[in-house]
Amino acid sequence: MTTLNPVNITKPLHIIRPLHLTRQTFRAGLRSLSVIAASAVVATGAAVAASGVPPEPIPPLAESWPTFSGDYSGMRYSSLTQVTQANVKNLTLAWATRLAGGSDSGGDGVFSAAGPPQIVGGATSEPVVTGGLFSSAAPISVRGSILEHHGVLYAASPDNAWAIDARTGTVLWHYYWKTKGGTHTSNRGMGIYGDWLLFETADDYLVSLDARTGKERWHKDIASFPEQYFAEAAPIVIENHVLVGAGNDGDEPGSLKSYDPTNGELQWEFHTTPMKAGDPGASSWPSIEAARHGGGNVWTAGSFDPNTRLYIFGTGNPTPAYSSIAREGDNLFTCSLVAVNVDTGKMVWYYQTSPHDTHDWDSSQTPILVDGEFHGKPRKLVLQATRNGHFFVLDRVTGEHLLTTRYTPWGKWVQRINEQGQPVRDPRWDVTVGGTVLDIDGWTNWPPPAFSPQTGLFYLRGFENYGVMYYTETDPHGSMGLGGVTRGGEVALGSSIRAIDYQTGHTVWEHHFEPGQGYLGTLGSGLLTTAGGLLFAADQGKNLVAFDAEHGQPLWHSRLQDVSNGPETYLIDDHQYVMVAAGDMIYAFTLY
Amino acid sequence: MHAAVCATAAQAQAPPPKVGPDFPRPPGDPAAIARGQRTFTVNCGFCHGSSGRGGEGGPNLLRSPIVLNDQHGELIGAIVSNGRVARGMPKFELAEDSIADIAAYLHSLDMGGHKSPNFNPQSVLVGNAAAGKAFFNGPGHCTACHSIDKDLAGIGSKYDPPHLEDAIFTAGSTGTFGLMSPTAPPIRVTVDMPAGATVSGRLVELDDFDVTLIDDAGNRLTIRRDGDVPRLHINNPLQAHLDLVRRWDDRNLHDLTAYLATLK
Repeated sequence: MTTLNPVNITKPLHIIRPLHLTRQTFRAGLRSLSVIAASAVVATGAAVAASGVPPEPIPPLAESWPTFSGDYSGMRYSSLTQVTQANVKNLTLAWATRLAGGSDSGGDGVFSAAGPPQIVGGATSEPVVTGGLFSSAAPISVRGSILEHHGVLYAASPDNAWAIDARTGTVLWHYYWKTKGGTHTSNRGMGIYGDWLLFETADDYLVSLDARTGKERWHKDIASFPEQYFAEAAPIVIENHVLVGAGNDGDEPGSLKSYDPTNGELQWEFHTTPMKAGDPGASSWPSIEAARHGGGNVWTAGSFDPNTRLYIFGTGNPTPAYSSIAREGDNLFTCSLVAVNVDTGKMVWYYQTSPHDTHDWDSSQTPILVDGEFHGKPRKLVLQATRNGHFFVLDRVTGEHLLTTRYTPWGKWVQRINEQGQPVRDPRWDVTVGGTVLDIDGWTNWPPPAFSPQTGLFYLRGFENYGVMYYTETDPHGSMGLGGVTRGGEVALGSSIRAIDYQTGHTVWEHHFEPGQGYLGTLGSGLLTTAGGLLFAADQGKNLVAFDAEHGQPLWHSRLQDVSNGPETYLIDDHQYVMVAAGDMIYAFTLY
Repeated sequence: MHAAVCATAAQAQAPPPKVGPDFPRPPGDPAAIARGQRTFTVNCGFCHGSSGRGGEGGPNLLRSPIVLNDQHGELIGAIVSNGRVARGMPKFELAEDSIADIAAYLHSLDMGGHKSPNFNPQSVLVGNAAAGKAFFNGPGHCTACHSIDKDLAGIGSKYDPPHLEDAIFTAGSTGTFGLMSPTAPPIRVTVDMPAGATVSGRLVELDDFDVTLIDDAGNRLTIRRDGDVPRLHINNPLQAHLDLVRRWDDRNLHDLTAYLATLK
């Protein structure tokens, strides 16, 4: 058993915690020669099954991938060194798996193998089919992180979740959620607490599954469906907290909520806009009514600093997005980096990266926590490249601003950078009735960036799409949601990977890609960097590419389909795997 | 085996699923909606606007969490019957049925978001046609490719103003990404092959590792790339539009739209 499935013996065994009888800890118990530990497993097993298994601490990214960014730092930097600049050319396909979704995920056993066990849940008996770009009937596409935990992968797309053998790609079970609707943008992945999985659904539920069987444990409402919230973020599990948020394309306000992973009870809620007179930030809105419809939704995951207990996340754009006449002021805490204490949900600091945004450029991008020298002094930093085309460095303990640079060529909307380091918009590039040429999607989006401590470089996938946006709401009473519209045409100039020196904010190298085809193809996917001196990224669509992280030359590539999520890496049986999703396919590469 | 084939055939005949809105709500009774609209207009319209989108002092009800979470008047009714005196809303003595009608009316209205009910295509014409003509014949360099007597003749009748403006911007191609769309004119590529030969044709696909083209004889060729080898020469007939993308001054675009809109 141990020969087939060697366990990393450097991983500490937490015998003071109630242990559970997973294969991993059982073997770890045997391997660590502790008869006491092994008997503790047996003795506490039953009680644990009823009360929940405390999660193992999440270490810096290496063998496994137990949370959205691999670890809490958001760096997506793996210390695995098996795959290097020298040998990456030998990286080979280990397996490829196609995921089947919906209610018909099984094979028929005749023309194809019988499918995996299917578990069906949902808050409605008949699933609702929604239309448009983000239809609930869209083909399966994994556009979020895949967890790797004890040799099993956990992947999700809207309304679907799968467990997959990380060694072979065999699907172990499939869970299907019958949706009552909601905007099915994507699912950014799951969280795990012991053996319990957690993920969000587009119709605003947090669902908990037993990771071993896919059986549902419970589901809880996390946002109001009639208010038109939709949920997609990867829940972040931090000890006994599950942090979730939801999106909204109307103008309902954002919040970050913490739930108990054992039973789904709400622990705290942090509103990202003022909810009543006198709340922090209230003076940055013309009225509480405006603030309560001010957006700032929390639709992506943040990062966590265990030492300060701070969960640091980015907030969405203010609403109405383009017609800002009824929301004069900075509109706190929209388009901001916000640090809350994970135990209390109280805000410790904030920094607004886009005061009074008028372009639908949220600041939802993953913040990266770095301990490093900054201008000669060791500091605890947070780095963020936001959709408005600016790169920020802050002290993550205090929120003190340290650096702002613009990393894009299209900066005419910026009047100046103010004393606080914030870009101040030039109202001449606000959207008008006659139409305004705009960098319409912003420079980045959900695809996560990466940071390598080896190179000191922050890696960002950027793209350049322009369109003409029209202001549609001249009546401030009636402004809702966007308040602007396009006639459908956009021009894509291509995309790029930028490597930004965090000390200066300057781009050290840039690799340009011609425009991809299709909307989602142009946004790119996420990044991964490793201690092997590599940066993994998709190009304009179909190729997974390994770049020299320091200089940006491509060293290896494999042509797949349209890559849809950020590449990941993990180590099993002393083999480093590099894994990526392309729509309904998952590919795992390794060295033999 | 036969059973499996039959099952597949049955699936193929199943009607396609009905596509609905993202946030469906059961449709209301048209008669109740009509009664509700009358009751609303008389009692509520002054403050909340006849469309419910806000009026003299009253907030927009279409985005009110109370209205949105209400099903049949149970949440709205409490506000109507008790008023919100501190905020200046008096009590209304309305029968339960009338309140349910008002709820049915409010729930029949679209919440908005991406919808743009006030968008008037003619409002886009804010530019100066004379200035647009000067831009067309001068700094816009439009006459290098276009003529108002030939390809652009009657263009002002073919498009409404926003689509005309969009066509100028995206070079007339449609779809999400104009210049990469199937309707865009072909991009030509010439590849320098070893020993001085070249191949050229319509560009199909291009990345760092391969270039695919269809040559003039209709052959599809995929040629491996290794860095800058072989060299490519790309001729995009819409390059002038691409070059303008970052540089557009909105006023030039508005003026040009106003000018081309006169070419009926």
